[in-house]
Formats: sequence, structure tokens, C-alpha cells
Amino acid sequence: MSENKKVPDTIDELEEESLSDSVKVLSPGRLVLRRFFRSRLSIVGLSILIFLFAFCYIGPLFVEYTDTTTFAIPREIKMVTEEHFTGADGKVYTYYDVSKNLAYDKAPPSKEHWLGTDPNGMDVFTRLMYGGQVSLKISFIVVLLEALLGVIFGGIAGYFGKWVDMLIMRIVDIFYCLPGLPLLLIASQIIRAIPSIHPNERLYWLMGILTFFSWSGTARLVRGQILSLREQEFMIAAEATGLKARTKIIKHLIPNVMPQLIVSMTLGLGQIILYEATLSYLGLGVPFPYAAWGSMISAADPSKGSEILSFYPNLWVAPGILIVAAVLGFNFVGDGLRDAFDPKMKK
Amino acid sequence: MDNTIKTNDTQYCLQVKNLKKYFTIGKTFFGTPNQFLKAVDDVSFDIEKGTTLGLVGESGCGKTTVGRSILRLHEITDGQIIFNGVDITKLKHEELRRLRPKMQLIFQDPYSSLSPRMNVGEIIGEAVKAHRIVPRSEYKDYVLGVMQNCGLRPQYFDRYPHEFSGGQRQRICIARALALKPEFIVCDEPVSALDVSIQAQIINLLKDLQDQYKFSYLFISHDLSVVEYISHKVGVMYLGNIVEMGTKEQIFKNPMHPYTKALLSAVPVPDPTVKMNRIILQGDLPSPANPPKGCKFCTRCPNCMDICKEVPPVYKEYEKGHKVACHLYPQD
Amino acid sequence: MNGINKNKNKYTLTRKEERAIIRENRKMMRHFEKLKKRKNVSESEYLTQMRDPNNLVEFDDLHTYFYTDIGTVKAVDGVSFEIPKGSTVGVVGESGCGKSVTSLSLMQLVQAPQGQVVKGSIRFNAGDKCYDIVKMPTEAMRKIRGKDISMIFQEPMTSLNPVFTIGSQIDEVILLHLEGYTKKQAKEKSIEMLKRVGIARPEAVYDSYPHELSGGMRQRVMIAIALACEPKLIIADEPTTALDVTIQAQILDLLREIKHKTNSSIMLITHDLGVVAEMADYVVVMYAGRIIEKGTVNDIFLDPKHPYTIGLMKSKPVVNKVVDRLYSIPGQVPNPINMPNYCYFRDRCDRRFDKCAGDYPPLYKISDTHYAACYLCDKSKEAQ
Repeated sequence: MSENKKVPDTIDELEEESLSDSVKVLSPGRLVLRRFFRSRLSIVGLSILIFLFAFCYIGPLFVEYTDTTTFAIPREIKMVTEEHFTGADGKVYTYYDVSKNLAYDKAPPSKEHWLGTDPNGMDVFTRLMYGGQVSLKISFIVVLLEALLGVIFGGIAGYFGKWVDMLIMRIVDIFYCLPGLPLLLIASQIIRAIPSIHPNERLYWLMGILTFFSWSGTARLVRGQILSLREQEFMIAAEATGLKARTKIIKHLIPNVMPQLIVSMTLGLGQIILYEATLSYLGLGVPFPYAAWGSMISAADPSKGSEILSFYPNLWVAPGILIVAAVLGFNFVGDGLRDAFDPKMKK
Repeated sequence: MDNTIKTNDTQYCLQVKNLKKYFTIGKTFFGTPNQFLKAVDDVSFDIEKGTTLGLVGESGCGKTTVGRSILRLHEITDGQIIFNGVDITKLKHEELRRLRPKMQLIFQDPYSSLSPRMNVGEIIGEAVKAHRIVPRSEYKDYVLGVMQNCGLRPQYFDRYPHEFSGGQRQRICIARALALKPEFIVCDEPVSALDVSIQAQIINLLKDLQDQYKFSYLFISHDLSVVEYISHKVGVMYLGNIVEMGTKEQIFKNPMHPYTKALLSAVPVPDPTVKMNRIILQGDLPSPANPPKGCKFCTRCPNCMDICKEVPPVYKEYEKGHKVACHLYPQD
Repeated sequence: MNGINKNKNKYTLTRKEERAIIRENRKMMRHFEKLKKRKNVSESEYLTQMRDPNNLVEFDDLHTYFYTDIGTVKAVDGVSFEIPKGSTVGVVGESGCGKSVTSLSLMQLVQAPQGQVVKGSIRFNAGDKCYDIVKMPTEAMRKIRGKDISMIFQEPMTSLNPVFTIGSQIDEVILLHLEGYTKKQAKEKSIEMLKRVGIARPEAVYDSYPHELSGGMRQRVMIAIALACEPKLIIADEPTTALDVTIQAQILDLLREIKHKTNSSIMLITHDLGVVAEMADYVVVMYAGRIIEKGTVNDIFLDPKHPYTIGLMKSKPVVNKVVDRLYSIPGQVPNPINMPNYCYFRDRCDRRFDKCAGDYPPLYKISDTHYAACYLCDKSKEAQ
């Protein structure tokens, strides 16, 4: 940068290269990136997410079968029968009969099937990839829909105020005090009970329901942001220059709401993944035979017998870890973005 | 337009008559307002074409509210604002929007008055496009021309506000107003957030533009020396009222109201040899929500008499163009 | 927001430059933080001798740098001046000229780890001993802060804690720094302090909260807190900038009265030349991190030598003084990164000549008290 220090001699040259201009600054985007990458946690979060995406979307390219392919892998299992009888001496004797049998499910981890197969003979590792696709897809679509609804309703409420604001915000309040999970359960049960809905379409209904119950938070956030932006002088300036309401909203309000919105959307992604996992665990989400992390864990449900929970951790530990990793990853990135967008957090 | 008021006063750009702006601060249970903050309480003045009216006062005296009410950025409580012979208080939303480019505003804080996510060209040109001030083909040249008039280099066109210092941002604000070819500009403390050496540049710029385009300014400031330099007429506000109004010479050479006198003597002079006989006002500005009875200045006035605490003084003309509201001078 | 890699805007840093800056910053910050965190530093390490025992503070070649994302900001770059006992020194300059950072360096309150005192010394005369504040560990500094040196800030709205009463905030300082005070005595002293700064009903104010007071009153309270421990030096950082003219007059009057009654020195930092002319005995004019002119108040205001000082005075309109057109210094205040090695004011100066393109001018002596950093003041040049 030594060329900046050359001495300007004429007035014209001075105009071009005055001291206040010779300094290079960062563009707004780079400033945000810089602050984002300064935090270790956000780098960790981002690496987790990159790994997850690669795993779920690139992973299947290296596997020649899908999540629903079944394998019949014979393995020898010991069958132990136990019998009690009372002997002639009056004591109780236990009688064991050990025989050998062949089973074709729940194969142990091997070179071909890294995490073995599940009770249906499907490869667990492959199902993790496809299950992840479902989770990520649902959470992204839901969050985008949520943001759309939130921006529309929150924007209208915040910009127009008065009775419109009153009406929308009371609706939001109602949504806020509804207990989310029980309602979700009921709604998914109802969908399951409607025969005209094909099991494969249930996924889309699930997205719709998740959106329906979670847009209110975004709307409230957008409204709050717009209310505070409206008091900013550049908004008064926009009013004074006589811009139309539409221009003011699209060009002045929305871009300034975006940072907060992106942060809340990122944090929301983790939330939706959890909801989806819960529903799948309860068997209300993606229908069998398609994979979902939640339904994979539910294989270990103790109410169906403790055999899998005790003896086959390869079936349920991995999806559990992935759910935790995904939620943590989104939260770290969300927190990192919040600090990066907020100039007051400049350390 | 049926709002046109036939007046012969064509030399006036703006006439404000009995402007009142009350903010509601208390409501009854049923929502009927019962407590008011009288931010602007019966203010009248005229601004002749091509001249500047300076409005001075301390913070909380309502000078900013006057500026914004004139542009109808607030709904006003009562009064008339006649701009070029049209009473703008009665205009409908769309009519007002079309009139807006003619009346512009420059803010105090050059940091919050520019949208951080738009570049300089967009900020200046946005409203030019919206109001079709120039044909589309000439748009960019026009904006660059305006920028040059305001001392901004053409290469700034694509840069973002955060890259600029306060003075340059204030130039961008001025360019945004100027681009709409206004006739009247409200300058709300345009230089008080700037450094001294930059202040002079901006004041000179505003003055040059006035000479060039014959704008009328309402120049709001708490800095008496700046107001004296730029204004033709000066009004002094205290708690929502104008207490004294006159030409620059009348106010600064022959102040009549005790408040004006105190304000003038409170300004520090950059000369260590001058020892001033300063009138130091006691106490603070009373709350505008609960102003004193009678003359609003009576709680701090060094010349307070008994009558001041009971009866509000009449705002009266004592010399040509020099109006004062004070009991020290004959009231009838 | 342009693409990151193909960013051709010449006003933004390239990736490579950005990385080099980060690496350099990290190295420097680690170095200075390590120095500061040392424990069990013996007092002899930071004891020193004043050049003149009549001085309270001597700044000697002080350099305070900030290691920011876009490069090193030399906020204070070789500043030397002294504050004599019992006098008021006004430090004048525009925003970003380093006047506040100078005072923060004196308090060891520069925002770490970005901001570091890189070079130089600040000698403080604590009566029997004399300390070099730059070398002092934080622990020892805490005993001086608030007791021997106290500070009045610009924003009276934010410098008081809103959840405590005024009284408890003054008591706190007294109990912390003065020995042998019981709570009751502290309260008496607090009320006495409030009375001293001209508050009419000190008992009532003692029990009230900051939000119940006006800006002017709060600034009085801040002054009362600053005075509570009878400090040797009061740093007033733009004490009246946030106040109205009539209130400013009250506060300046109060500060002047305090100066007469106590033996404290005041370091008055402001951008308002009028305030300095009224209050100060000595004036230091700063520009872009350096002192460009210093002298007594009469030297500076009646016989300014540096073109910047002259320009500054001409560019501020004065009440009842008619000028046809206001003088204005062209250009902007320079951004303090990548400063050139010639005079920083050269680009804005209307009296520059060949020599100005050379090295940064030293402070030339004009009289025993008056110095200016400008080649125009070089006597040897006139002799040629």
C-alpha cells in the first residue's frame, strides 16, 4: 500500500487521492463475514452443517442402493430355551436348551454395512443419509414459508399500525398461547386418519402444519423491527421525499429487517428439525418405509421391548447424534450471524 | 385545486398561522385523551421566497416539531400551513405525496438519516425516479450533476454510506434533497453533529445553493452563531412558543426578551481577553408536559414580576418586524 | 454486497491485505496483553522522576495505537505536553484527533486488546511519589483511578447507573477510596458534595434516581462524584457538549468556581474553542493524533501560528461579528490509517510550500510557552 503515500502535487491529483480517501475499507458483506469468522463457535457450527449437507446429499451418490432396499444377511444366533421343572427331590431345576438358528435382520456392523441393518434388513448408514435429506428439506421449506408469512403479516402490522396492527397482533397472540406440541400431535393424527391423503403426501401436510403453528414468532419479530425502523431518520426522509408506500416497504424496510430475519430463520431451522424428529419418533411423520432420523430412533422405543435399546446401539445412537449435531450446528451459526450483523457487538 | 387560497402575499414561500401540535400523553380508561404535551402551542411566522428563517431554542422547546409539522410528517392539531398559496393541512394523501418534492428536509444526524443498505446513487436518485424529475435517459447524468453541485465526487456513486465521514454523509443528505428541485428546505440542526472545520463547509454549501437556486430555508439550530450567519430573520422559541422574532440585526443587536438576552450572553466567545457579563439562568427548562402558568419563562427569568406568574404576555410587534412576548414592554 | 473474490472496488481491501492485517494485529495484541497481565510487579519498576516537580502530569512521546480490522490506527502518535499543578489545560481538536484517547491512556482505560499504549511514558506526580502510568500494572492503577484522577464524561444520561440512587453512587466512591469513613459519614460527605456543586435540595437529590433529574443536574452529580475524593486531576471529556447553551453556562461557571476553590488541575477536552478560551490556562491543539500547536491560552487565541489553528478559528462564526463569507478548511479530516510521512495537514492547507512535502515537521519553538509544528514557524528558514 506504499503507493498511497506518494505526495500529491497538483490540486487535481489531490482531489483524487486526498488522505481521507486513500484508506481502504471493507465492504458491508465482508465486514459481516469477518465478524462471523472471528468466533470459533460459528466456525464449528458451519463445519458441522457442511459435513451434514455433504453426508446427506453427496453421500447417497456413493451408495448404489436406496434407503428402502432390504438385505437378507444371514447370521447365526443362539436360541436359548429355558424350562423349569420340579425334581423328585422337591427342588426346582432349570433346564436350558441351546440351539442355533439363522436370522436375516439386524446384521452387525460390517464392511458393506457400516452400521449394520435394522429390523427390516435395511442399511442403517444409508437410511441416515436419506433421513437427513428429509429433515433438512422439511426444515428449510418450513422456515422459508414461515419467513414469508411472518414478513407479510408482521410487515403489514408494523407498517400500517392502528387497527390492522391490533388485529394481526391479537391473532399472533392467540397462536403464541396455543400449546404447540399437543396440537401438532392432534393435527398429524387427523391427517393420518383422512384416507384421501396418500401416505407419501403426508410430508407436505406436515410442513404445512409446522408452518401454521410457528409463523407467529417471525411475524412478531418483523413487526418489532419495522416499528423501530420507522422511527429512524432515513424512513422519515423517505416519507419526506414522497415515495410510495410499496417502495418504502420493499426498498427501505425489508432490506433492513433481513439481518434479524436471517438470524431468526437459522435458529428456527434447528427448532423445526427437533419438531420433525419428535413427530417421526411418534410415527406421525414420514411414513414407513422411508427413513427419518426420528423414526429410526423410535426403533429403540422401550415400549416395544428393550432388546434393541440394550443390544443394538448401532441402530439408534447415530441418528440421535446427528439430530443433536444438526440443531447445535444451526444454533451456533445463528448466534454467530447475530453477532456478525450487530455492529454493537464489534469487539 | 379547491384548496388554493387567494392571497396577494406572493412574496411568501411559506406562511404558518397559529400552528399547534399537541401530543397525547394520557388517556382516560375509555381512550379519550385527557393529558396533552403542548409541543408547539400557537406558532405563526412567514418565510419570504429566497430567504432563511432561523429558529433557535434549547432542546425540548419544540423547534424540531415545528419543522416536521410544516412538512406534515406529523398530523398537526390545529392551524394553517400555506405553501405557495396552498393550504397543505387540508391536502389528501396522494396530493400531498405529489407536493413532497417541493418541500425537503435535512436532518441533524447524518448517520441514521441514510439507509445503510443502499448506495449513494440509489439514495440520491430513488425519489428522482419515483417522481420522474428527469427523463430516464438523463437520470444518471442528472444525479452525478447534483452530486457534483454538493461537492461529492462521481466515483462515490456506487459506495455505501458507512464508508463516509459525517461531513460527506451530510453532503449526501443535501444532495438527496437538492435532487428533487425543492423550493423550501427545512434544515433541522444540519451542522451540530459535525466538526467545526466541516461545519463551515456545509454552511457555505447551503448558502451557495440558496444563492444559486433561490431556496427558502427554515434553519433550526441551537447554535446562535451559526443561525446569525445564515439567517435573514430569526425566531426564538421557548417551551412551544415563539418569544421573540425579528430580523437578524434586531435579534442580535437589540434583543428585547430576557430569554434572548440570556441565550446570547451564554454563548462562549473564543477570545480569552473578553470577560463577559454573563446572565446565568437559574434552574432547568420546565417539563413541557407541565409548563408554568402565566409566562412560561417566569421560573427562570431574571426580571420576573408578579404579573408574569399569572398572565401570559401578548406577542406584539414593537418595531417593524420585531415581535416580542414579554410583560416588560407595554401590553396594549 | 459484491462478490468476495472478484471484488474490484479499489476502496475495499483485498483478501490478502486483510489476512496480513489480522496476523499482524494478533501478534501485537498478544505481546502487549502479556506485558499488562504480569503479576507481582515491584513498585520500583514504575517509579520515576518528574522533569519539573511543579507539573502534575507529563505526557512524554505517548503513542497509543488501535489494531483494527482495516489496519493500525495511530490514534495518539507522539504526544508530549504537561499539566502544571492547579491549572486548566484545554485539549482541542476535531473528532478522531486523539484527544479522548490521550485522556483514556492516562486513566489506563483504552479499550483493550485492540487499543494499546505502544511507546512513551505518562508521569504522574502523586505527591510523595511519582509514577509512570504506562508501566503501571492494572492493580496499582485502580488505587489512583477515581481517587487521584477522576473523570467527567460527555453523556450525563448514560454515565450514571439508572438502578441506584444518586446518593449511593456518591457514597460508593467515598467508601472505596477514602479510609475511615462510616456509612453515616459518607452520606454527610455526599450531601456536602451535592451542595458544593450547586444543587438546591441536596437531601432530596441524594435519595432520587438518575432518571428523575435533568441533563444539567446529572452533570452536576457527575462533577460531585468526581470531586468527592478531592482528586489532584479532573479529566473533563466534553463536559458540556450534550447540554443546552444556558445549562452549559451554568456548568462552566461551576467548573471555574471549583478550580478557584480547590487546588485540582483540570484537563478539559473539547472541540469548542469558545469553551477553551474561557476556561483554560494552557491549550493543546491536536490534529490526527499529533500536537500541532501548544501554548498559553493567549498564545493560541491571540497569536495562532499553525494554519490549522488559524483556519479553525476563522471557520466558526462568532455572535455579533459580521463576516461576508465563512472561511472553511477544504477537505475532510483524514482517516488515521496509513498516514503519510509528510505533514498530515498539508493536503488541506492553503499555505503549503515545497518543504511541506518533506518529513513531518517538528515542534518549533516560538516563545518559551508557545510551540507549533509547522515549517512556517521555522526561524532558521527565515534566516536563509
